[in-house]
Amino acid sequence: MSAQPERRVSALDISIVLFVVLAVGVLGGGLAAVLLRNVIHSAVAMMFCFGALAGTYALLGAPIVAAAQVLIYLGAISVLILFAIMLTQAGDANLPAPFQRQAPVAALVALGIVFLVGWAIVSTDWPNATVVIAVDLNKLAAAIFNDYALPFEIVAFLLLAAIIGAIYLARRPEEDERAN
Amino acid sequence: MDLPAYLFLSLALFGIGAFGFLARRNAIMMLICIELMLNAVNLALVAFNAFDYGATNDAGAVFSLLIMAVAAAEATVGLALVIAIIRTRQTPEVDEYSDLKE
Repeated sequence: MSAQPERRVSALDISIVLFVVLAVGVLGGGLAAVLLRNVIHSAVAMMFCFGALAGTYALLGAPIVAAAQVLIYLGAISVLILFAIMLTQAGDANLPAPFQRQAPVAALVALGIVFLVGWAIVSTDWPNATVVIAVDLNKLAAAIFNDYALPFEIVAFLLLAAIIGAIYLARRPEEDERAN
Repeated sequence: MDLPAYLFLSLALFGIGAFGFLARRNAIMMLICIELMLNAVNLALVAFNAFDYGATNDAGAVFSLLIMAVAAAEATVGLALVIAIIRTRQTPEVDEYSDLKE
């Protein structure tokens, strides 16, 4: 226990550097995803943002969430979005204007949300907000399969329903007639 | 870093996603912005969990994992809907989908 304070000081310094780097990655990726004109470039910027977020989760002592982020978002959802983009916009040489006419109003609304929630964060007192407590994987697994067993099963059922719904929605109508 | 820093990062990402959702014209871009907002909420949950705010049994981490699964389901159905509507209307621009207005 005597070596604990020194180790925490040095770990804190590295964590600040890591936090700044990852925060720049998250915000830069997010901004690029929203502002870039080409949708494929936006999707790649979104993947960059998700990767930086996985690093942030690891920094917050939740490596299992970071692994799930890489598997689900970087591995599955990004590829799904890239597939959808390539299926729908074949060779867009003349890109249309990316923003609607109401973009200034949208910026005002987003800034309003950020201002209100930021005000709430600033005006709240956070007493035990200094030390990161890492996730204990054994406890987390026990919690998922005991306390949260019902939500877990509901999510499994929801995924099955989503798969069937997606197949039904994305099927071409004429394939129906050919099958009959 | 302390909790408010992570909360501000999450809030900034949510604001970026909200702006993009309201301002972009492309339907797939709107889905990307929804994903950004969901990720921002996940970051806030994991941060609350890490700094031990009412997180018995690592509830924040469990919630973030469940939200990822729900987000995957949402992306699947959302992209199927977008592909179906682009196939019938031949355009991804959402302000072209205005038949009910007329």
